[in-house]
Amino acid sequence: MIAVRVKKHYAAARGSAAFTLEVEFRAQSGVTILFGPSGAGKTLTLDAIAGFLAPDDGRILLEDKLLYDGPSQVSLPPQARHCGYVFQNYALFPHMSLRANLAFAAERLPRLERHRKVQEMLARFRLEEVAARMPGELSGGQRQRGSVARALLAAPRLLLLDEPARGLDAPLRAELYEVIREVREGFQIPTILVTHDLDECFALGDQMHILSAGRIVQSGTPEAVLERPATLEVARLLGLYDLFEAEVRSLDPGTNASKIRFGEYELSAPYLPGKFKGDRVWIYVLPERVEAVPRDGRRPGANQIPATLERMIERPHALRLEFSNGLRAEVPRDAFAGGAGTREWLIEYPAAELRAL
Amino acid sequence: MNLDWFPFWLSLRVAAISTILSTGVGLWLAYLLANRTFRGKDVVDAAVTLPLVLPPTVLGYYLLVVIGRGSWFGRVWEAVFGGPLVFTWQAAVVAAILHSAPLLIKSARAALESVDHDYERAARTLGASEWRLFWRVTLPLASRSILAAVALAFARAMGDFGVTIMVAGNIPGRTQTVAVAIYHAVESDNGQVARALVLAVSALTLGILWLANRLQPGQAAR
Repeated sequence: MIAVRVKKHYAAARGSAAFTLEVEFRAQSGVTILFGPSGAGKTLTLDAIAGFLAPDDGRILLEDKLLYDGPSQVSLPPQARHCGYVFQNYALFPHMSLRANLAFAAERLPRLERHRKVQEMLARFRLEEVAARMPGELSGGQRQRGSVARALLAAPRLLLLDEPARGLDAPLRAELYEVIREVREGFQIPTILVTHDLDECFALGDQMHILSAGRIVQSGTPEAVLERPATLEVARLLGLYDLFEAEVRSLDPGTNASKIRFGEYELSAPYLPGKFKGDRVWIYVLPERVEAVPRDGRRPGANQIPATLERMIERPHALRLEFSNGLRAEVPRDAFAGGAGTREWLIEYPAAELRAL
Repeated sequence: MNLDWFPFWLSLRVAAISTILSTGVGLWLAYLLANRTFRGKDVVDAAVTLPLVLPPTVLGYYLLVVIGRGSWFGRVWEAVFGGPLVFTWQAAVVAAILHSAPLLIKSARAALESVDHDYERAARTLGASEWRLFWRVTLPLASRSILAAVALAFARAMGDFGVTIMVAGNIPGRTQTVAVAIYHAVESDNGQVARALVLAVSALTLGILWLANRLQPGQAAR
């Protein structure tokens, strides 16, 4: 287990505003994701754990070993922290063969055992045939596996991955996820992975922490975060939802129901805990759970809002419709085919899918 | 024609020895400047640059003050080796070091700094000591640029005139390096000797420059 509490202040300098990193979290074995936009402090956090960055204050404890402690001025050098680090560009030493790269990580071992361990790791990551090649002669996937294998050979107690999938095409990405899952199964060490790709959080994450402007704004399993973003900021960071502001018209906890008003339309929603009649609330809903039908001159029915189609965006599995009042809906292709050419639509919100922040 | 090649061979010897010495010290200084933060780093940096911009005679004068017979260094040297350092070929070596080491330190520092820090960070997370990291990762990755810098330093050491004449003098057969000998030959209207030495030095220097350019990493390791 690793417990991290780090504080680091950067004064405003020419070309950059002041920035304060202040994060605190724990990670068990399994994959913990640090998710957030660029400049949120994800990589800084990773660097503080690895020992590349000296925090102003805080405490980092890996199992029973104190890596950093502000008050008592303990700060182990990276060499003594036993944190494996997989860099974005993999950082395989370009002047050594893959085998030499791996051996470099195992140099504390006696010769025979080192050879055995390197061989074992090469086999485990399906790299035996290319072991003699230089990193420049390896494929992207081989480099990626080689870099993870090298990090693991140093017998780390924690694995840090800095946006390992950045710039990879889809097949390589899938391959990388497979490798990370293998590591999770095969090595019982906590893994901390930095990303700004939400798909990655769901593909790999046991836990995720959302960072924004140097702070953790929400933590939980990816599923829990998706179902219940804690704040408007988180909802916007995730970028998954349709967000609109509405007024609470009535609340009935007995039947788990409420009425909200959006513009001139009234919608049914589940009971909104902690809200009062007359409150302005932000409603979030996943566009793929919203339905849309061509209007054909009909009057809007229950939980339907009429809207004019602005734009249609092709997505792999569905079509995303964007309407003039800022609302969105995602409909399957065949459902849309019936209404092709129509501009006036009715958006239907299933009552259970409307949630308030 | 009976041409005395002594100055040429002496210069080669002086340049070789001074290059070896300044590579040792220079790499160490370059490493410190590239990797460490310490008090007085700016001063060291400036002191390293100074010999590049000062007039050679000024440098020579300072050197005379430091290693002359009256200085403590000169006295220690005389006590140990039984003779003064100034006006020997060893003094020419000191002059050549002063003339060429700054160039080497500057280029070597740039070469060390140009190595992608992720490689060094990776080595650290793999448990490599700073020593092993330097010899196994940083230096090999910077080696071509550093060799190029060493070649240039050698060429520069070959060509020193001002500092050498101040501290080693112009004693034919003992301290007369090729640059000094050319000056001497022209002064004494000995055009044939001057031309021969000039051609020899030009050819050698051209060869070194060619080598240095070949060594500069183009497609080689970052």
